[in-house]
Amino acid sequence: MELLITVTLFAFLIWMAVVIGRQRDLFSASMLTGIFSLICAGLFTVMDAVDVAFTEAAVGAGISTVLFLATLALTDERERRPEHTPLAAIGVVALTGAALVYGTLDMPAYGDPSAPVHTGVARHYMERSWDEIGLPNIVTGVLASYRGFDTFGELGVIFTAGIGVSLLLSAGTPELTPGAPPPPPKSRAPYVREMPILRTVSKALMPYILLFALYVQAHGDFGPGGGFQAGVIFTAALILYGLIWGPSAVEAFARRRLVERATAVGLLIYGGVGVTTLTLGHSFLDYSALSPEHPQHGQHWGIFVVELGVGITVSAVMLVIYYVFASRPKKDVSPMRQPLPLLGGACVGDVSTEDAEADS
Amino acid sequence: MKEQLPVLVVVVPLLTAPLLVLLRAPAAVRILSLLAAAASTAAAVTLALTVEAPISYHLGGWPPPIGIEYRVTQATAFVLALVTTIATFSLLLGARGTRSEVTNGRTHLFYAAFLLCLAGLLGMVVTGDAFNVFVFLEISSLSTYALVAMGRRRRAFTAALNYLILGTIGGTFVLIGIGLLFQMTGTLNALDIARHMTQAEVGGTRTVQVAFAFLVVGFGIKLAVFPLHQWLPNAYAESPSAVSSFLAGTATKVIYFQTMRALLVLFGASYVFGTLRFGLFLGVLSLLGMFAGSLAAIYQTSLKRLLAYSSIGQVGYLTLALSFGSEAGTYAGLLHMGAHAITKTALFVVAAAIVSGVGTDRIDALAGLGKRLPLCAFAFVLGGLGLIGVPGTAGFVSKWALLEAALADGHLGYAAALLLSSLLAVVYVWRVVEVMYFRQPPPDAPAARGLRGYDWGALGPALVLMVASILLGVWSSPITGYVRTAATQLFRGGL
Repeated sequence: MELLITVTLFAFLIWMAVVIGRQRDLFSASMLTGIFSLICAGLFTVMDAVDVAFTEAAVGAGISTVLFLATLALTDERERRPEHTPLAAIGVVALTGAALVYGTLDMPAYGDPSAPVHTGVARHYMERSWDEIGLPNIVTGVLASYRGFDTFGELGVIFTAGIGVSLLLSAGTPELTPGAPPPPPKSRAPYVREMPILRTVSKALMPYILLFALYVQAHGDFGPGGGFQAGVIFTAALILYGLIWGPSAVEAFARRRLVERATAVGLLIYGGVGVTTLTLGHSFLDYSALSPEHPQHGQHWGIFVVELGVGITVSAVMLVIYYVFASRPKKDVSPMRQPLPLLGGACVGDVSTEDAEADS
Repeated sequence: MKEQLPVLVVVVPLLTAPLLVLLRAPAAVRILSLLAAAASTAAAVTLALTVEAPISYHLGGWPPPIGIEYRVTQATAFVLALVTTIATFSLLLGARGTRSEVTNGRTHLFYAAFLLCLAGLLGMVVTGDAFNVFVFLEISSLSTYALVAMGRRRRAFTAALNYLILGTIGGTFVLIGIGLLFQMTGTLNALDIARHMTQAEVGGTRTVQVAFAFLVVGFGIKLAVFPLHQWLPNAYAESPSAVSSFLAGTATKVIYFQTMRALLVLFGASYVFGTLRFGLFLGVLSLLGMFAGSLAAIYQTSLKRLLAYSSIGQVGYLTLALSFGSEAGTYAGLLHMGAHAITKTALFVVAAAIVSGVGTDRIDALAGLGKRLPLCAFAFVLGGLGLIGVPGTAGFVSKWALLEAALADGHLGYAAALLLSSLLAVVYVWRVVEVMYFRQPPPDAPAARGLRGYDWGALGPALVLMVASILLGVWSSPITGYVRTAATQLFRGGL
């Protein structure tokens, strides 16, 4: 039965990859990458890697699809047809694929208990983490403590991504000039009026999604979850709200300047734990230093705080990226083509004053 | 405190970056970032001066291979000191040559990205863990793409996008390679992987061969080895002054160090150069890079592009040294990495000073610079001599070591090619010198303005670096002795 599921999912995955590759309509391609990620998440679940599946579903199927759409709203929905078939590129890709297949020939069988991945460090994590860290979810123990410095680095990657996107795209936005009067409140996107179901559902769902994010944040020690997934879910809720009510509605709740600072605060919280253990005379991120009598308690405290830092930075960076995209001035859209009605504010410029008045 | 130095080198810039975002005020941001780079330099230099036996620092308190290990040897300390020093000198250039919006309200983000890039490069050097290399590679790569795009002209965006696409492919290949190695060894600690690799049931597998291929191609892209070098000229030429001088001296150098460690430590010299016979392949690519880069440099019309193409040629020297698969080659490679890093950074800083004075880096606009800005022109000549490898410069010491390593292994062809490509360097340096000294300045050019006509914020660091490269060339024995022990250690698989 499991084999059947795996084969079906892989077949879907390959089919989806081919369809995306041949797709010229970038809007469809973006939606399909979301489905691609969802199938990946399914495969990870079958492999019992629920934490990874959770992240893949939240990031791949959720946030990155929204960011793709945001990019399309700024650029174009259709890919220009290349002038010639990229034979050389296809050749390189085929060669790379062939190399990967060649590499699988000597791999240990999937699930082989004597494979190196099961007898190496993983064995130590499985056997000893209960005594050394004392968390039921071993994955959290590995990510936040045994390899906590990697996670610190990954948080650095996310923070860097936020800085990079802000540097690249935020030129020319109203936020740039400090002290300038705030821009006039933007009217609601035109389609909100026409979609009472979306309006109601988005408002009704909001508290549950936010609460779920907090649950995922706190429950990472015991089940799948943690700061990364929680941060993404939290921001996904806000972006969902922004899609329906326009970015200014979200900005009223989470001010842009504040969110920009929050990206730094999360990383500083994580690093601050490291600096604390360092000043206590232990190694960087050695949480046992936090409670010398009960090293396990120290581990719990340390993991709790660094996960909080992860949650803050991840959610703030995602939100900053969304703000930056949503506040970009739009390119000239030909009257023939309707702009994507997905970015909320992306369409604000198109609302005639009549419509706005009728709406209010 | 002293035992915490290995981690402080990386963590100081990494945690200063978010502080800058909170701070925002441009003046404070400039000072704080410079302080962070200086502190990191002090830590790195202290490590380099005091390290004897390898230092193993257990992050999180978990001993390797259970946890992540920072490992400081003479080789890593040498690279750490090099990278931090160059970063500090580059930071002195500040936001010269950036887009106007950077200086207008985005200064803190620019400096934060710079420090993140520095932290990423340092993290890759000092770690003894294969996956940790990838994490910090990501930090340095992402920040580099954003920094390159901050160049003055719109072309900087295209340059950054090209670099982003190729660099991401490179990073992904590295990750696939590490993943395959983990699958075959069950560990991520570099020395532990190396231990497993000596077992026939691991080292002899096709999976390990494919892991080798992916790691080499991945690093090859980021290193700009000959056919994979297309991203480099535009990325270097279009980026702001501080970024181009920083990248030219560090980015490819750190990747070169990673490649050395991958070949000599992870896989082992006997596997790479014995079983796989990789030396000949790498040697041929190196030769092609040496000539293609230097020839292209001759035909450039802008100073920064000329320097960038010359870097492709210099990467050829570095990989050639590695391809010998000998201890002498490792020594020559490490030494040339250091010499070229200082020389090329100095030259890019000089280019920044020239751009400040002349307003452009087009070579034909530099006519009569020897009269208009004699110190700038003189500094360029000194750097050019180092690039060619004239006796008395650091470039000579390292090229001589390279020549010796080639002759020691009986590679007469390689030795001849080295000399021939040095002649090409003479040609492209002379082209600029000729314009600077033997052409009349345009009639409308402003006359020499004495010492106050210079952009000392750029020329000062340039002159210091030039003097350093001359001093290292004249009085080289302490540094060559140090590098020789480092190379011996590295070649014997000591990380």
